[in-house]
Amino acid sequence: MADTMKRAHPLEGRGLGNAAVTLKPAAPASRISLRAGTDAVAALSKALGVDLPSRPKTTASKGARTAIWLGPDEWLVIDAGGGDLAGACAKAKVLYSAVDISHRNTAIEVSGPGAAATLNAGCPLDLSDAVFPAGAGARTLLGKAEIVLWRAGADIWHVECWRSFSPYVFALLEAGARDAAA
Amino acid sequence: MTQPFRISGAGRLSPARTARFTFDGASYQGLEGDTLASALLANGVHLTGRSYKYHRPRGILSAGSEEPNALVSIERDATRRAPNVRATVQELYDGLVAGSQNRWPSLKWDIGEVNNLGSPFFSAGFYYKTFMWPKAAWTKLYEPFIRNAAGLGVAPDQPDPDHYASRHAHCDVLVIGAGAAGLVAALSAAKAGASVVICDEQAEAGGALRHESGARIGGRDGWAWAQDTAAELAAMDNVRVLTRTTAFGYHAQNFVALAERVTDHLAAPGHTMPRERLWQVRARRVVIAAGAIERHMVFADNDRPGIMLASAARIYLNHYGVAVGRKIGVYTASDSAYGAAIDLHKAGVAIAAIVDTRDDPSGPLVEEAKALGIKVLAGHGVTRVGGRLRVSSMSVRPNGGGTPRHVAIDALITSAGWTPSVHMFSQSRGKVRWDEATKRFLPGTYAQDCACVGACNGTDDLADAVSEAIAAGAKAAKEAGAKGRGAAKISVDASESWTGGMLGSAEGAGPGSTVKAFIDFQNDVTAKDIRQAVHEGMHSIEHVKRFTTNGMATDQGKLSNLHGLAIAAEVLDRPIPQVGLTTFRQPFTPVTFGTIVNHGRGGLFDVTRRTPIHDWAAENGAEFEDVGNWKRAWYFPRAGEDMHAAVNRECRTVRDVAGIFDASTLGKIEVVGPDAAAFLNLIYTNPFLKLGVGRLRYGVMCREDGFIYDDGVVGRIAEDRFHVTTTTGGAPRVLNHMEDYLQTEFPHMKVWLTSTSEQWAVIAVQGPKAREIIAPLVEGVDLDNESFPHMSVRECTVCGGIPARLFRMSFTGEAGYEINVPADYGRAVWEAVWALGEPMGMCAYGTETMHVLRAEKGYIIVGQDTDGTVTPHDAGLSWAVGKNKTDFVGMRGLMRPDLVAEGRKQLVGLKTRDGRTVLEEGAQIVADPKARVPMPMIGHVTSSYWSDNCGGPIALALVKDGQKRMGETLYVPMPDGVIEVEVTGMVFFDDKGERING
Repeated sequence: MADTMKRAHPLEGRGLGNAAVTLKPAAPASRISLRAGTDAVAALSKALGVDLPSRPKTTASKGARTAIWLGPDEWLVIDAGGGDLAGACAKAKVLYSAVDISHRNTAIEVSGPGAAATLNAGCPLDLSDAVFPAGAGARTLLGKAEIVLWRAGADIWHVECWRSFSPYVFALLEAGARDAAA
Repeated sequence: MTQPFRISGAGRLSPARTARFTFDGASYQGLEGDTLASALLANGVHLTGRSYKYHRPRGILSAGSEEPNALVSIERDATRRAPNVRATVQELYDGLVAGSQNRWPSLKWDIGEVNNLGSPFFSAGFYYKTFMWPKAAWTKLYEPFIRNAAGLGVAPDQPDPDHYASRHAHCDVLVIGAGAAGLVAALSAAKAGASVVICDEQAEAGGALRHESGARIGGRDGWAWAQDTAAELAAMDNVRVLTRTTAFGYHAQNFVALAERVTDHLAAPGHTMPRERLWQVRARRVVIAAGAIERHMVFADNDRPGIMLASAARIYLNHYGVAVGRKIGVYTASDSAYGAAIDLHKAGVAIAAIVDTRDDPSGPLVEEAKALGIKVLAGHGVTRVGGRLRVSSMSVRPNGGGTPRHVAIDALITSAGWTPSVHMFSQSRGKVRWDEATKRFLPGTYAQDCACVGACNGTDDLADAVSEAIAAGAKAAKEAGAKGRGAAKISVDASESWTGGMLGSAEGAGPGSTVKAFIDFQNDVTAKDIRQAVHEGMHSIEHVKRFTTNGMATDQGKLSNLHGLAIAAEVLDRPIPQVGLTTFRQPFTPVTFGTIVNHGRGGLFDVTRRTPIHDWAAENGAEFEDVGNWKRAWYFPRAGEDMHAAVNRECRTVRDVAGIFDASTLGKIEVVGPDAAAFLNLIYTNPFLKLGVGRLRYGVMCREDGFIYDDGVVGRIAEDRFHVTTTTGGAPRVLNHMEDYLQTEFPHMKVWLTSTSEQWAVIAVQGPKAREIIAPLVEGVDLDNESFPHMSVRECTVCGGIPARLFRMSFTGEAGYEINVPADYGRAVWEAVWALGEPMGMCAYGTETMHVLRAEKGYIIVGQDTDGTVTPHDAGLSWAVGKNKTDFVGMRGLMRPDLVAEGRKQLVGLKTRDGRTVLEEGAQIVADPKARVPMPMIGHVTSSYWSDNCGGPIALALVKDGQKRMGETLYVPMPDGVIEVEVTGMVFFDDKGERING
């Protein structure tokens, strides 16, 4: 089985912790890029077991699953438990596109009181509680890399990026974390 | 006493807290809280630098960031040398090492001062007039001269060991400047519930309260109130107070850049601290409280060390407890200098006289000065000064002439009034207006959501400025959406009020005079230079500025602007507003490259992308090449092999046995939806409607103009799902191109595009033994030629259950496979293939071998063999253009007359006649090597390699009418001789194409 083959995480062994912030690579998860028109949202929400959000900068979570709004017809759906998301979508008899991107993306968890300051080293968004509360999510930039940012909790941020961008993203977050603690 | 000019009991510094420093090698002592300038003055040192052009001795003019003269270099260690640091801004720390600039061999005796004697020669427009001809003198004489003379200070020659940080921030209200008006505006906005950022370039808040001893706010001394208010603000959750932070760039939509100096004032900065931090602030509203800058008087030799701004002398006294001299002259056109004179007098410093150009000055400060017995010479001017390295006397005479009297002095403080600092307002694209009553430019028409308050808005009275700031802070908070109900209540108990001021040259420096009366100290521009510029035809202030360099460089018009403008207006006999105002450019004060670059250096300069198999390649000795942001394995040299030997071996091995190649960087796009086939049929020149599930097709993509944009292999995974591959470099633009057409031209199509470039690691196994090597690893696919022929694709598993997309395809001309597996499994699957293939003689090969092998087969590389002017027909790909298609992107473009005309450059093969010489890529091709230079060029080499498999050099070239020239001899003229080449077809190896189906 595939279990005997070594799965190589692009950020193997990376991590940082200081007084202000902790950075760690997130565990592998399954992910799809889900594209669908408005008329398919209800059926897909039912099939996935999570209500696909319809407003910018919002997410919806249920259990291990989270759907992040990326555009009027686009969501990033993550299953931290590794569930079969494309298989779940197939139950919905509507028009959509689900493409497996479990390995295209990887994620970094940024947590602690200095997390927002760390992210703001390279992310131009307003990450204040009023504008980007827990549960908010957005596709944005971190320095020169595109990321999807999801505020999973008050002080827990989930940074998704493409696999080959992850060493850059991690290193920039390390630089931001050092400054957040300075 | 080591600080002879420090006055006991004056100033706000603690005498017990001393700090040692050196200047030009001499040791001095100052106090903590000093600037380098105040510490030097405490030791009686005025001479701090040499001017840029004339090398005139210069002293400390100001006490702020407008300082044009006292530019020094600060050296922390061998790698930390900062040139052009303003001594008035640099805070003193124990052990500071500073040096003067632009002098040799010493500050007091500088050989460059000869320029001063030759100054008629170096006058305005000198560069434009002198370095004209002869042309030959440019490289030998003029350019070396200019390069040697250009620049001030010595740039560091080693990498900067410090690090710099960056922070994006958002707020309801950004307040620029933490003087009285700024503090009040911030407090007002914060109490109304707004999130506030307030910044100030100084180490402490307070602004002009630093020197205005007459101000009392909230029942306290003005300075004490400012410190209390700053502390109150800093303690509020919704306020961030940034001192030592300069707002230097005001961009569109209230995006303001701030530079925070974090460690420059510390004796031993912690290693984790950034030296500086760039703040990129996006504010809903901005309040500009930038204050005003005092102007100097323009008179003969007004640049002598010891001559400085009156407000600066007052700051040195009231804040730093330093007297700038023992017997001080005052030359003014404004009341504010009286305040300085009074404070100095009260501190026991002799005031030789106040020389006032006004005939009848009046006002409370004037009265007070007279009451204190200070001599006031109204209606007089200073026409000359004595002393070269330090002012020693002034010649005073009544306006319009009369007998001059000589007064001995050791410092001369001047004021021509105050210029509201409209820099940030002007940067925001706001339009200034001329206020005739007060003769100054003030904020006029706003372009952004900001408000100016206090001195920068022309609000002179402190009580008025405070009320204005309270209102502006509350309004900004409200407009930003703050819902708080709090309000700021601040009482102003006492303030100073000033009138007066003048623009342009003073007594004795007017039209016709030849004296050096400086307007712009930093650029050595005198009143005479401005007049000369106008006389020589520069009638626009923008031309005057460039001709004279007035207000250029770091000054940006802080001190020089209005004087220059007034003199030009006088000569032109036009009102000042008609002469115009030059643009105030960013940055407000110089910003280090480190701050602008901040984290973006070294590994963070740009993204370096590596494939999942990268580390294996590195461990196995690969050399890498950069392809876009990717690192790709270039070739795998073995012991003793150079690149040529390694590539030859790899090329032979692939054709003899097999090779394994990391193709993970290929762009991949998943095209999904019921209209996917119809969409691809429009995007590619090839037909796609009938491509069967499980089949692959090579596709060519054009732009609307008919030129090749990209190519790649497209696989049909299901009726409504395609796996599209693109070139490595083309991945992002192809996705954009497709998305663009989908959204604008074909919005009716039900298709979605998703980049999967990084989802899949791609392991190419190519060569006669490829099938045998991979067969044991592939599950559920019959690999024989009938079941899985060339150009097929299957979804399957490999290596015990790893999901895969297996492509049977070739970019080498050999039978080959590309195994796509989820990226995290890339290396494991690669190693499994390696374990089976290596014992059979398979090698790993890199991009160079890939290039050679594909060239042997005449496969093009878009961007190398094409250049944006090549059609599929030019590239010999007519077969890939669907003849029966009714539409595709580029179809109309391909029908343009020029694209179907004779004489187009077409892709062909070239072989060198000598069978040895490898052509240079990019080399030009001619039909007649004896033609006169410049020869008519008919094409160029696009790809060229040594091919061991073909036993000689091979090349591809774009040649005019190339396809009609088969067999012709053409010529490639090179510096060391002409190379004869034969035009051939593009396929050099296995021209029947049998091996691919092997």
